[in-house]
Amino acid sequence: MRFRPANLVIKDVVRETSSVSTIRFERSLNPTPGQYIMVWVRGVDEIPMSFSAPDSITVHAVGDATRALCGLKPGDSVGSRGPFGNGFRLTGDKILLIGGGVGVAPLAFLGEDAKARGFDVTSLIGFRCKDDIIFLDRFRQLGDVILTTDDGSAGIEGRASAGLSAIDLRDYNQMYLCGPEMMMIDIIRRCREHASRIQASINRYFKCAVGICGSCCLDPEGIRVCVEGPVITGDRLLDSEFGRYRRGPSGMKESCY
Amino acid sequence: MSSLSGDVGGLRLENPLILAAGILGTTGASMRRVALAGAGAVVTKSIGVEPRDGHPGPTVVRLGVGLLNAMGLPNPSYRAFQEEIESAREGGVPVIASIFGSCPEEFAEIASALDADGFELNLSCPHAEGYGMEIGCDPANVEEITRAVRRAVSVPVWVKLTPNVTDIRVLGIAAQRGGADAVVAINTLKAMAIDVESGYPILGNVIGGLSGPAIKPVALRCVYELSGALEIPVVGVGGVSCWQDAVEMIMAGAAGVQIGTALMGGLEVIREITNGISRFLDRKGWRLEDIRGIARRRR
Repeated sequence: MRFRPANLVIKDVVRETSSVSTIRFERSLNPTPGQYIMVWVRGVDEIPMSFSAPDSITVHAVGDATRALCGLKPGDSVGSRGPFGNGFRLTGDKILLIGGGVGVAPLAFLGEDAKARGFDVTSLIGFRCKDDIIFLDRFRQLGDVILTTDDGSAGIEGRASAGLSAIDLRDYNQMYLCGPEMMMIDIIRRCREHASRIQASINRYFKCAVGICGSCCLDPEGIRVCVEGPVITGDRLLDSEFGRYRRGPSGMKESCY
Repeated sequence: MSSLSGDVGGLRLENPLILAAGILGTTGASMRRVALAGAGAVVTKSIGVEPRDGHPGPTVVRLGVGLLNAMGLPNPSYRAFQEEIESAREGGVPVIASIFGSCPEEFAEIASALDADGFELNLSCPHAEGYGMEIGCDPANVEEITRAVRRAVSVPVWVKLTPNVTDIRVLGIAAQRGGADAVVAINTLKAMAIDVESGYPILGNVIGGLSGPAIKPVALRCVYELSGALEIPVVGVGGVSCWQDAVEMIMAGAAGVQIGTALMGGLEVIREITNGISRFLDRKGWRLEDIRGIARRRR
């Protein structure tokens, strides 16, 4: 059995917006939608990234490692550990995807997988503005799309939650959620009675990715997000630290905004 | 089933299996979860004077024979850690604070400020400059730091030793002389791994520490040597993954056994080990005291 980082050669890099790029590898890693890999940008750092397709990750350049990653060229390579974690579980026959910002990436992958399996897919996706929109065509090919932008430059004006009024959650067997933490907790709290049918892909500070270092544990249950998540149901998140605080690399509690 | 309760290094434990430092010890909630999964006590992540983010990644390399890590002592500082100890205590077992510093004064400052059921002095981390084994290889430092903490607190003080020395007994004797209630052996073995595709050392810190099954025979030898040389108890740690490993540690002379890397396979391993020890003792008609250090008497 092979445990060390695998070598992943980059096939192409597609610029989606001014700060978001999709990096496609030369081979598929056969992940379940919602799973992640630890991407090692050699000489910089190692970071968790969820899949935007079986062979790609979509990266928002916000820190040293993500900027370095977005600067790589076809033919360059990265190290990778994984795929890790529990991804989204498909249930029922009619599902709703709710995504915000670059968080729509794993949902596009999930939606394509679900549609191929015969699911009826509706998407509610929100962005800050028109220029930040990614994967709109991918979502449109899946089924109905409700689009929101914070500034109203495209679709409904407001947060993703503003799009909730256009749908009845009782119509869906399962909801799948990924986006900024405060957007996700806002949706879960607004849809409290449906929380157990919401599967959310969440983010905590991952270091080991094998469930032993403890840096990603979620209060108050001590859920090891790196191995038991990153997809966790809304009812468990309602009673947790999620949306209230998170821990940084030192383990210090910090704001989750 | 045979009782596994007893005194380990000044603490009364329901069973001798203890969560090792650095494993699931950052948050009180995760330590509480390990306690509820059956651990006799838990040791926290090592806590220092100032917050540290730790080394850049990769911080962990999984190898067939064990785990290589260089976390780099990430911690939120003792000022932010008492609340984690309090929530860990909800697990109902003793909570031992692992602490690190660069000098006796820093160790004493942290120990005086934290309310814990015991302290484990990290004089053995192999991958943090100016801390851990960099100071813990020198028996004079070990004795002086142990004494400083011993004077600062009234709860048990354990000293975790590095195996990366010629003779670990010298460090054990220094800890005993400084007033330690127990020594803990061993921390990880200094090690590294290289990515052959690129030539880069895999760990962000280049050098790290090896844990897991590969180091168990080394840990066992250290426990055997220390328990033969010291009056104070020895807590065995290093690669324990099943009840037979824990029994071996006890037969080598360990009063308690810590578990770390094996938790990668799930927390259920804790009860598998404690139940396994009980069943073994029942089958043999032995008590825990009967087998402790038995290997020394069988030569």
